Amino acid sequence: MLTKLLQRPLWVCGVAVLTLTANSSAQLTTYDLQERLATESHAGKLHGHAKDSAMNYRRYCVGCHGELGDGNGENAQWLDPKPRDFQLGIFKCRSTPTGTLPTDQDLYDTIGRGLDRSNMPVWNALSAQDKIDLVAWVKHFSPRWEREKAGTPILIPPEPEVTPERVKAGQEVFGRVQCWKCHGVQGMANGPSASTLTDDLNRPILAYNFTDGSRPKCGNTDQDIYRIFMTGLDGTPMPSFSDNIKPEEAWDLVFYLRTLQPMNGFNTKERQIAKQLGLKPVRPTQ
Amino acid sequence: MTSPRRHFAGLLVLAFFLVGTLPQANALPAFARKYGLRCSACHEAWPMLNYFGQKFKDNGYQLMNDRDAPIWQNPSYWPVTFRITPFWHRESTDKVAVDTPTGGTINRQISSSGFDHGGLDILSGGTLEKNISFLLVPSSDENGAFHMESANVRLDNLFRSPWFNLKFGKFELDNIVSEKRGLTLSANGGAYQIYHFIPAGDGNIFGQIGDNMLGLEWMGHSFNDRTRISAALLSTTDGSPDLSYGSNAYSAFFAASQAFDVGKLGTDRVGFYAMVGEAPTTYLTQGGVPIASSGIGNKSFHREGFVGLFYFGKLDFQVVTQHGWDSEWFGAGYGAFDPGSGDLPLNNTPGTTLPTGARAPTWNGAFVETHYVHNPQLIFIQRSEWVRMSQQALPGTPSDLGSIDNYVFGVRWMPIMTSRAGFAWHNEFSWIRLAGFAPNGTDLTSNSLMSGFDFDF
Repeated sequence: MLTKLLQRPLWVCGVAVLTLTANSSAQLTTYDLQERLATESHAGKLHGHAKDSAMNYRRYCVGCHGELGDGNGENAQWLDPKPRDFQLGIFKCRSTPTGTLPTDQDLYDTIGRGLDRSNMPVWNALSAQDKIDLVAWVKHFSPRWEREKAGTPILIPPEPEVTPERVKAGQEVFGRVQCWKCHGVQGMANGPSASTLTDDLNRPILAYNFTDGSRPKCGNTDQDIYRIFMTGLDGTPMPSFSDNIKPEEAWDLVFYLRTLQPMNGFNTKERQIAKQLGLKPVRPTQ
Repeated sequence: MTSPRRHFAGLLVLAFFLVGTLPQANALPAFARKYGLRCSACHEAWPMLNYFGQKFKDNGYQLMNDRDAPIWQNPSYWPVTFRITPFWHRESTDKVAVDTPTGGTINRQISSSGFDHGGLDILSGGTLEKNISFLLVPSSDENGAFHMESANVRLDNLFRSPWFNLKFGKFELDNIVSEKRGLTLSANGGAYQIYHFIPAGDGNIFGQIGDNMLGLEWMGHSFNDRTRISAALLSTTDGSPDLSYGSNAYSAFFAASQAFDVGKLGTDRVGFYAMVGEAPTTYLTQGGVPIASSGIGNKSFHREGFVGLFYFGKLDFQVVTQHGWDSEWFGAGYGAFDPGSGDLPLNNTPGTTLPTGARAPTWNGAFVETHYVHNPQLIFIQRSEWVRMSQQALPGTPSDLGSIDNYVFGVRWMPIMTSRAGFAWHNEFSWIRLAGFAPNGTDLTSNSLMSGFDFDF
């Protein structure tokens, strides 16, 4: 009995300690951040230091991303989509495989490119040094960079020449891996699953509409499009298809997706081919 | 510790407590509200723009994402900002001619101090549609008399290119160092002297590059705004409506600049500007009073100079130079009149001859404005400005008459800089010397001291 009485407080204390530990690791404090001010970043010849970016983060970023980088800045409540929670260390735009950390270059490119269809502006008016320092600052919010290395960028094979056969093959891939379920058979973001999509934090999220002229979030070159569906957009329902489609099929899909987009001019080669082929929207399959 | 010391210490503690508990700083709040960004994102210190803010302005008040069109805004969103500055100030001028009991005049210093307020600016700007932007600024003087400071519409990114933007209406000239967004407010320090310089006795009011003007501007810039170029065709009216002066007088303003990264120091910019134009010196009269819009006999003028923005970490220097030249007709006093005032300008009617030896007045000027941006909420300001006459219009005129020295010092603390409002405690001292302008022909000096609250919402 005595043993039991002694054991109970110990057990309760143990649970309390574990709970507190869990809380302390989940809730970042300014003390933790001070400890990580030595975080660095590297992209090409640029070297960034978190400690040099405090003022720029406060000037440009804190209103949305918050003092602690948790996406809870004063304006976050008005924004949709919500600002990124840097503490999670999960990023949409990466050159690295799904589930891995992005490279510093990926973060640098995102800051300079901005994120269309969100409130994240194009910050290319900032100097290269300011941007690479901000990359280090972004990294210092998440403990992931202390435990993991950034992933290895995927290899993107040289872009083949677009042909009618490749466009048709791309449409076949579009149907086979069921892109239409979210993006719709005409790429209008109205697939049967579109209205049910949520991000990893269970917040509603929209599929990309290929037809409204907006830029994809992670870049609009053919290489960017290829990269998006081979790495996936972590934190969103957009998975990586690297295990489902071969590199040449990925290029075919890029060419087919271009037939849906009005943005680089209506007379892109892909659109001309689609017109010549008389391509009809894919037929939904189970 | 003595009692007064204890009180002082208590006040200090209270002050630090207040400073520590006020919200974090974060300016046209209408833009900040629209995009959810803090003022500091666009303003080095409100209202002075930083590179991102300059790019936002050059893009037509657009971030160039898909949230620029007004359709993305909540229907209750109203793109309007109000700005006014209540303040205390002390003004002092050292030599003012005052009457004496014996009927003569003597020069004496006049100083006055008291509470006051500035004029009200109502700023409305934004987009009418993606790539169609506007700015409307009805502005009042201290007595509530309104004028239209800005009223323009801009077609942005024509042909999907940032190199084709057309602005039409009344607008600020493309001065990369903007006086309208200046950080100084006092009576003797609130304006850049070279932006408004007119030689003593000169009749040309039309070359004031600090005044908003009516016209058409083409402006182009690179995607990241590092390269900027613009050209504007202006009515030579100094921004006055109703074609108050000449019927066919035009001016042009050109500006170009290039920015480049200098590593850890920041981003620097160098450029030049030039204004060339002509303005009337002859007016038809009615009962001896000039008839508005009847001006002819156009004579020419020009101003040109270099601009530089140099950053050294938290310290930055803005440098602007100017060389000015007016036709000898302006120098001799022919030129503008004040419509409606009944002022009679010298009138260059057929047969009029200039005084013997009359020459084109010329001058050179420059200012260096320094900012120490401790953080986006606290900025220290210094400006030193000099204008020197290099050639007077009329023989016998003292060579330095009208030359100017102007020095300004200030500190501006913005405890509130959110995406909803801006609030700054502004403190400034300025001193100016106008050579030969005292009633007895000696130098006239004035100084201003002010402390006030500059706010907008």
